[in-house]
Amino acid sequence: MTPPLKLTRKDFMSPDEVRWCPGCADYSVLAQVQKVLPTLGIPREQFVFVGGIGCSSRFPYYMATYGIHGIHGRAPAIATGVKLAHPQLSVWVVTGDGDALAIGTSHTVHALRRNVDLKILLFNNRIYGLTKGQLSPTSELGKRTKSTPLGSVETPLDPMTIALGAGATFVARAIATDAAQVQGLIERAARHRGAAFIELMQNCVIFNDGAFDEIAAGPRLVAEHGKPLIFGEQAVALDGLTPIAVAKDDPRALIHDETSDLMGLLLARLPRTTFPPVLGVLRAVSRPTYDSLFGEQVAAARRTTLQTVLESGDTWVVPERRA
Amino acid sequence: MHRPTKILQSAVIRFAGDSGDGIQLTGSRFTETTAVLGNDLATFPDYPAEIRAPAGTVAGVSGFQIQLSSAEVLTPGDEPDVLVAFNPAALKVNLGDLRRGGTLIVDTSEFDDKGLKKAGYTQSPLEDGSLGGYRVVALDITGQAVRAAEGLGLAKKAAERGRNFFALGLVCWLYHRPLEHTEKWLAETLAKKDPAAAEANRRALRAGFAFGETSELFEASFEVPPAALAPGRYRNLSGNEALALGLAAAAELSGLELFLGSYPITPASDILHWLAGQKQLGVKTFQAEDEIAAICSCIGAAYAGDLAVTTTSGPGLDLKAEGIGLAVMLELPLIIVDVQRAGPSTGMPTKTEQSDLLEALHGRHGEAPVPVIAARSPADCFYAAIEAARIALEHMTPVILLSDGTIANGTEPFRIPDLATLPRIEVKARGEVEGFRPYMRDAKLARPWVVPGQPGMEHRVGGLEKEDGTGRVSTDGANHERMILLREAKVARVAESYAPLGVEGAPEGDLLVVAWGSTYGAARSAVASLNARGERVGHVHLRHLHPLPPDLAPRMARYREVVVPELNRGQLAGVLRAETLRDVRSIPKLRGQPFKEAELGDALARHLPAREENRA
Repeated sequence: MTPPLKLTRKDFMSPDEVRWCPGCADYSVLAQVQKVLPTLGIPREQFVFVGGIGCSSRFPYYMATYGIHGIHGRAPAIATGVKLAHPQLSVWVVTGDGDALAIGTSHTVHALRRNVDLKILLFNNRIYGLTKGQLSPTSELGKRTKSTPLGSVETPLDPMTIALGAGATFVARAIATDAAQVQGLIERAARHRGAAFIELMQNCVIFNDGAFDEIAAGPRLVAEHGKPLIFGEQAVALDGLTPIAVAKDDPRALIHDETSDLMGLLLARLPRTTFPPVLGVLRAVSRPTYDSLFGEQVAAARRTTLQTVLESGDTWVVPERRA
Repeated sequence: MHRPTKILQSAVIRFAGDSGDGIQLTGSRFTETTAVLGNDLATFPDYPAEIRAPAGTVAGVSGFQIQLSSAEVLTPGDEPDVLVAFNPAALKVNLGDLRRGGTLIVDTSEFDDKGLKKAGYTQSPLEDGSLGGYRVVALDITGQAVRAAEGLGLAKKAAERGRNFFALGLVCWLYHRPLEHTEKWLAETLAKKDPAAAEANRRALRAGFAFGETSELFEASFEVPPAALAPGRYRNLSGNEALALGLAAAAELSGLELFLGSYPITPASDILHWLAGQKQLGVKTFQAEDEIAAICSCIGAAYAGDLAVTTTSGPGLDLKAEGIGLAVMLELPLIIVDVQRAGPSTGMPTKTEQSDLLEALHGRHGEAPVPVIAARSPADCFYAAIEAARIALEHMTPVILLSDGTIANGTEPFRIPDLATLPRIEVKARGEVEGFRPYMRDAKLARPWVVPGQPGMEHRVGGLEKEDGTGRVSTDGANHERMILLREAKVARVAESYAPLGVEGAPEGDLLVVAWGSTYGAARSAVASLNARGERVGHVHLRHLHPLPPDLAPRMARYREVVVPELNRGQLAGVLRAETLRDVRSIPKLRGQPFKEAELGDALARHLPAREENRA
């Protein structure tokens, strides 16, 4: 056994100057990640952070770990390659709502359905920040932005529904500035074997200030395994297939089961007219990871030499010519 | 009865039928037998893009051509000596290529009103005298196959499927090929899944052979003695197989694990298929969700220390452009294989072309130089793959390897090398922490390759411009220009590692043929013919298209004219004009088919300076 590592937050702070806007919640998430990572017992050199393009995707530059700042939307594909080449590494993807759910939706979905052992942090501020304020796939209907001056006529995507629908094995959501919850989820994601997906709802102080104020201010619905789903004085219940709000001590209140496939989807689809968005762990299940199955196939295959393979099949010999 | 045996130096045979007739299978069985007999050979499968186009129509015709010889074979041959046509459409599509006086073996079973109409014939060519210039052997091959299967309890449709084996048996008799290899193959493959069908095929094969022997439809049979190939152990390989083997060899020679991230696309998919079946060599194959994910997975795998390769064809190369640019910036080793096909857009997916050269050289935004190399024949794909890996690993750069449909699917004998005798590939892995900077450079200007997991050298790479040395993000203009020049110089230095440029034919003289890729066989044959007529023509075949060999321009200076035959609108010719300021001429061809030897020979002759005044 190697002696326990004595790592601190400082060990994970890169010498590069952090260049997010003052007041951005990205700072808060960065701090939580830098606090949690030293506690995991994983050497610093075993971490790889991969970003796409966008404000959040600059994250790898600010971590004193190995890292790749990739191209727009493709971080999950790059991270998959890292993990398949070098399965012992702890591989993290940091992405945004445009990166992961517009240009890179497909890679997000496929990494999740394959259950590649990646930790995906999606910073959702419902706007394109780095390109200065256009509509994002999570912007709300009617949203006025630089590219939708008369208001958006698009229905937004819900990141939780996408992740759950793709078969992700760990799906969670937090308000980015809720340090305690963010820390807890990052730690659980880090310890999860398989694709872990965390949506971090956050503000963009410049282009979408107050993005989640309503949610942050109102009663929060935090899903906790084995506990009733309560928000303020109310709880979630079902009337047939219709979710209803009941008093928080009503015996019909649903008990959260994060191992249930359907519970997570139900919570993700709760109508916003009645319920706040669900925070916490919506789903946490166990399924063999792609990288382990991939590696087992290679490991289990009969070993041979390339020379043997070269000489297999129908071969013939042309003899030395006689002088 | 005994008929004479004629000894031939070489023969060209083409099988043609519906894409569901098993034409490629028939051709490949005949090829394996021929290879094992020791002939040199080259093959050319030519099939439609549709898996099963409407049966009996010209759109659905699939062909397979082989040239076998007792001398060196460089191409699959211009004109078949024997054409086997399984239906009217196959006859219609292929007859024009058959040598005058050549042998035409026709299955008459579909030459009824319906079959003729589907092929667009108003009357039967078997009866209207239009085949007068050929030796026609017309017989009901399908009926013969059905008779051979009697007693096996097969449905008529199933029994009819033996017709390609009947034809194979017949051609094997005609060219003195034994049946044992094909029978062994049937026993080892089909017999395990469907014993009755395997037995029907075996009987059809034998019936075809016996038919040749006993019928009096053929005046003679032919023998093509073995070729005097270099001593050694051989096997027959397609370009895609050889390329896959070459990648596996490169991994072994560099001591790395091979990672293939790929997305299916014709005609490159067979490389993925072949490597997916090589898990016993430790090969990792990842079928990505798209072309972009394929190259991005390779970038991740390369960062994490594998020999990473992505394989594609033209449309996929378009999609990979941004990923290649990222690899240029990250300065990671990476191989991009482009098996070219006829474009633009979806174009003609199963037909060949060399029209991606300029895209390979320049198809990225910004100043993003990438070494580009090309394979020239099926067997050469093995060595081209090793060379691509050598450049990528020794110079820390993405490399584009160009193949094309002709050599990807074509086959030729491959002399199996002893891997221990091949040069090792040097890897830039760095172990020592002291003094490490991510973008420090060695004499080749290559940066060190530090794989995650090594303490003390944690570093970030990314698409934002790098500060010289430290690799930190920089928007300084002077630094940007310096980095562009450094990346350019790094790629330029690849040329210092080339072997001297070889020339075939006249080492100086009237005309130099500069060619690349799959035109090798036709160019070399055509030049040899011109040399035999006393013409002072030389041939340089380029492995390296970027950077160009430093001895190319001096070589070009030794000839009065320089001409480039290529399956595009003159892409290399334009590059050579720009690079050398020579008035380089172009012989373009864009018909989805390779150059024929005679066609190219005629075209080259028109470029001989002495004939300048005759040129149209």
